[in-house]
Amino acid sequence: MGTSFGRGGATSFLQDLANADCIVIQGSNMAECHPVGFQWVMEAKARGARVIHVDPRFTRTSALADAHVPLRAGSDIAFLGGIVNYVLGNGLEFREYVERYTNASYLVGADFGDTEDLDGLFSGFDPQARGYDPTTWQYEAQTPSVGDRSPVTDPTLTHPRCVFQILKRHFARYTPEMVQEVCGTPKELFLEVARAWTENSTRDRTTCLVYSVGWTHHSVGVQYIRTGAILQLLLGNMGRPGGGILALRGHASIQGSTDIPTLYNLLPGYLPMPQVGVHDELADYLGAIAGEGQKGYWPHADAYTVSLLRAWWGEAATADNDWAYGYLPKISGDHSTYQQVLDMIDGKILGYFLVGENPAVGSAHGKLQRLGMANLEWLVVRDFSLIESATFWRDGPEIATGELRTADIGTEVFFFPAAAHTEKEGTFTNTQRLVQWHHKAVEPAGDQRSDLHFYFHLGRILRERLRASTDPRDRPLLDLTWDYPTSGPTAEPSAEAVLAEINGVDRVTGRPLSSFTEMKVDGSTAGGCWIYTGIFADGINQAARRKPGQEQSWVAPEWGWAWPANRRTLYNRASADPDGRPWSERKAYVWWDAEQGRWTGHDVPDCVATTPPGYRPTPEARAEHRLAGDDPFIMQADGKGWLYAAKGLLDGPLPTHYEPAESPFRNPLYSQQASPARQIMARQENLSNPSPPEPHSEVFPYVFTTYRLTEHHTAGAMSRYLPYLAELQPEMFCEVSPALARERGLQHGGWATIATARTAIEARVLVTDRMASLTVQGKALHQVGLPYHWGQGGGLCTGDSANDLLGLTLDPNVHIQESKASSCDIRPGRRPTGPALLRYVEDYRSRAGITTATGTSAVTPPERAAP
Amino acid sequence: MIEDNSLFGPVDAAPNAGDVAPPARVGFFTDTSVCIGCKACEVACKEWNGIPEDGINLLGSSYDNTGALGASTWRHVAFIEQTRPRPDDGHEQVRWLMSSDVCKHCTHAACLDVCPTGALFRTEFGTVVVQDDVCNGCGYCIPACPFGVIDQRKGPAGDRNVGLAQKCTLCYDRLLDDATPACATACPTESIQFGELDELRVRAARRLEALQNAGRSEARLYGEDPNDGVGGSGSMFLLLDEPEVYGLPPDPVVTTRDVMAMWRRAALAGGALVAGAVICFLGGQP
Amino acid sequence: MGVRTFLGSWPVYRQLTGGDLLGRGSAATSPRTAALEPRTAGADRVVKSICPYCAVGCGQNVYVKDERVIQIEGDPDSPISRGRLCPKGSASKQLVTGSAREQHVLYRRPHGTQWERLDLGTAMEMVADRVLDARRRGWQDADGHGRALRRTTGLASLGGATLDNEENYLIKKLFTALGAIQIENQARI
Repeated sequence: MGTSFGRGGATSFLQDLANADCIVIQGSNMAECHPVGFQWVMEAKARGARVIHVDPRFTRTSALADAHVPLRAGSDIAFLGGIVNYVLGNGLEFREYVERYTNASYLVGADFGDTEDLDGLFSGFDPQARGYDPTTWQYEAQTPSVGDRSPVTDPTLTHPRCVFQILKRHFARYTPEMVQEVCGTPKELFLEVARAWTENSTRDRTTCLVYSVGWTHHSVGVQYIRTGAILQLLLGNMGRPGGGILALRGHASIQGSTDIPTLYNLLPGYLPMPQVGVHDELADYLGAIAGEGQKGYWPHADAYTVSLLRAWWGEAATADNDWAYGYLPKISGDHSTYQQVLDMIDGKILGYFLVGENPAVGSAHGKLQRLGMANLEWLVVRDFSLIESATFWRDGPEIATGELRTADIGTEVFFFPAAAHTEKEGTFTNTQRLVQWHHKAVEPAGDQRSDLHFYFHLGRILRERLRASTDPRDRPLLDLTWDYPTSGPTAEPSAEAVLAEINGVDRVTGRPLSSFTEMKVDGSTAGGCWIYTGIFADGINQAARRKPGQEQSWVAPEWGWAWPANRRTLYNRASADPDGRPWSERKAYVWWDAEQGRWTGHDVPDCVATTPPGYRPTPEARAEHRLAGDDPFIMQADGKGWLYAAKGLLDGPLPTHYEPAESPFRNPLYSQQASPARQIMARQENLSNPSPPEPHSEVFPYVFTTYRLTEHHTAGAMSRYLPYLAELQPEMFCEVSPALARERGLQHGGWATIATARTAIEARVLVTDRMASLTVQGKALHQVGLPYHWGQGGGLCTGDSANDLLGLTLDPNVHIQESKASSCDIRPGRRPTGPALLRYVEDYRSRAGITTATGTSAVTPPERAAP
Repeated sequence: MIEDNSLFGPVDAAPNAGDVAPPARVGFFTDTSVCIGCKACEVACKEWNGIPEDGINLLGSSYDNTGALGASTWRHVAFIEQTRPRPDDGHEQVRWLMSSDVCKHCTHAACLDVCPTGALFRTEFGTVVVQDDVCNGCGYCIPACPFGVIDQRKGPAGDRNVGLAQKCTLCYDRLLDDATPACATACPTESIQFGELDELRVRAARRLEALQNAGRSEARLYGEDPNDGVGGSGSMFLLLDEPEVYGLPPDPVVTTRDVMAMWRRAALAGGALVAGAVICFLGGQP
Repeated sequence: MGVRTFLGSWPVYRQLTGGDLLGRGSAATSPRTAALEPRTAGADRVVKSICPYCAVGCGQNVYVKDERVIQIEGDPDSPISRGRLCPKGSASKQLVTGSAREQHVLYRRPHGTQWERLDLGTAMEMVADRVLDARRRGWQDADGHGRALRRTTGLASLGGATLDNEENYLIKKLFTALGAIQIENQARI
């Protein structure tokens, strides 16, 4: 989303679904995973909208949709690419929107080579580095270079090297027949979706696209979302009521934990974490964020960065020391969670904090997680109950197999009971970027404490310990602003004081900032997360606003506070035509009011409110003043929606169908089987199933996909321990089609064992027509559905963990694992127990000829002729 | 007063139980066509009413692991998987029906009529409620219910209400405070609607019409008819298939339907005996 | 209690004297039934909150009596949820008041076979010791080219998507000041 539009967040809000004329839910099981949000889908349906669910499984979402369209797990890019082709092949794009609001007219340099020309690779691939050099992907620069550094364009969109034509050629082979071949989706059903989507994407009608982790959990997850973004841009649905892309997130504040990141590669507000060799000095850092001549608000990254450094290091951050930029540690390469786990196994990490997360069950490749934790010196677990990640040393599956012995595990484990949401105050940021304050109802019991309490007091103790230190490495900690007021019997720090710091303040007057536009580069302002500035405007906790919904407009701007600037629909400038008039009366949202000389409407306009639609920047104009009056994507360097991403992505400027890293099928589109740039982690603990053209892929002939159920929450820490939820879904099960049950002799209600190169797990069998058997490349495809909520450890209901089956292959852009499509075998009966389980898995490995090299080729080697 | 329809046939429930000026009768309209099977109703009911967990067992009955209504399950979501050809092109099509079942709060409630202790009573809202402090656990009500709703709570002796007859109270305590029952409050898609029965009947008829106009000829109402075997129920449903498919009796009849007639016959017979005796006595006079 | 009141509390009397000859309505109510009210009516306060499960962000009303949570319901004022909750949200009271929640710090010593109790303050000090030790042992001043790293790889952290923004902010701020870069959460998963 960030690459295509400029911001990494859902572009609209749940209530706005009611305005949609068509809702396509793909890669999301919304009714099951976001039931209360689904009321807005039902509202839209009641108003006459068409609801389509594209998913490998027929779920509770499908049951309520007008149409369920099955496809093979891992084939969504082919499906969506088919719709792109349907749009472009039939001239169904929203022409004026595409011409004016996207980069369709940009000319790409003559050296660019597409996957269609290079059999599945883009130009610039380096097999040794397993990555791309994006030089040839760049736009053709104006010669001689003119002031605004914009690329050569062809407004008629006919030049063979313009983005529009490249896109057209790129997807030309994604025909309905090819979609059926790749996805197994019957052609008529595919065309039904294509028709509904395009017929409901006009001046007068909009289609909303809803996705979730069914898209992100792939080795090409970012490209899945890019394909959706390309479609919504082509069809002119972005920034408009009932349109947009609604990313549904699965934790109370997962959006917030990206905005104010507990992530290694980001600082608050999507400022990058400094990288050694790239961002060594502050000037390098700022120069890399916004290039010269860049439009929009990123050119002010200097003010955001200085304000952040001033918020953290106060008086110690001065103009002379580059605002203490040197206090920031530097990253180098991948330090993400899966790399960390490997580093634990290799003894490089000594101590580990787990804060409301249960990786022994919830992360891919559970065994790797547990082996990593068993090799730590110490582990701190902060949770409600004794989750599997706290007790792996006594009841993990590796204890049963004899791979680990309790007495051999040297990990010291500290379990700290956590306070619940009712026992602390603070904010969650929901799926629509809405920040909502929750008040404290009661005190926690016993040793239960908030994480705010834990980290504040840990920091306090550490600072006391080092008070007398003269070691320069301790200066950042000692100079840190860490003086939040505390209150009550437990000395709970004030969450509101922290929120005020996040918001930012004018250090001269002490006045809370009301907008990030007030941030300064001279150190006179401080603010911990620039995109959240305004949340404490006027000294009022705006996130705690609770004006009842029924007393305000349908946009409900006075309920909580949404970043950025309390804007509820992003890119809403595009809800008006280039001249600032609504595309239609029915879809009016924000528009230019010539009399008042400003943008107005139902929401905070997503543009400079006083910039008229006809504004054209002078060559000297900078930053937001460099945006033309018809540039709706104000966080993009060029103000346009990106159909083609010349930069920002490691695995290609356009989405392309690749097979999942583990697939029983050959890629019918290219010789290249899987994404050449996928991140692999080849080692003995992380073996892969073979995929064609490698031999023995038939040992794992089925595709499995993992998912959540309504009745449980993620790895179960907040549901398996509750009688009322445990009784509703009491046991691990697998879902299979009657055809697969016949093929493998599986009995409904009986047991099955599911095996991969990693391990084998057991599950009760549900035989159901809801798991359709599809025909892919002339073969029957059977898919196995596996919910992932159970683990061998605590809770009122336990069971094998689906995530134990998964290997680690990651999306190179975001280091997210492929967990929604892998290959497996399934057999009737329970799995072996004890050491016999290891022998059982070893037998699979040997039959499939698995070594550490299996599945690791970047470029697919040429197929050997059959012997 | 005791009228012809006191035990069978159309009647207004609360006045029939002696309420002089009761508030409007309330109930549920459960529109199964918008049910997403989330089971929020089951949980909200349990949280409000303090009902114990009812067995942690996989039933293999689609996504239903609750099984049936009972003493510790006052809302039960049924899941029905169907595969049938599409009417237009004959393609096999999967349907997944979900429906939240509940006590019907019958106009003529046999459970109440047979209760010897007065533990079951008709509230001023026209609903049927067990009074835990009166029930002696005799169990007469259990076979009397034509829907199999009410049951005796099992569990270790001494646990809350073990041995007593238990079922949905339509959140009688909440109604006293003008609040909506817990299940209907939680329901994410308004599949469970609470309100005055007359108003719900109108809503149900309108919804049925809308669905049928949209070609959903299989849609039908259940429990809305005051002329049915229980005098119309306080919980009506919009179903998308035969009631049996959902585990509902197609033609429920209050098990005490004939009590009045039996009494009348008994009274007649008794009267005849008395009359005979009188005649004999009188006739015996010389 | 006067005779009349006493008599009035006798159901049969009420059955014969009221309009409820079959004894199925008001005549049958017990004193407890007559005194019934919803437990929320007796709440000391209603606290506005947000559901802690998925990211829809449903509004919750938390009813508190005698400093205990007695009920959690959807907040009808929320324009997003309009008072509704899913089964998990509806089970929030069981989540926060249930017996599965631990109340004490627990400690498993190296190679230990069971949990031991530990005082919270002691545990905090022990963790502080270990953080400083791991930080020191994993410290890297510069990379192979002599470029400043000023970081430690000795410790790591996972989790944040279930926490408050303010909590994530303190984690990021503290870890960064310590030079600890390996911070991750569920957004990566």
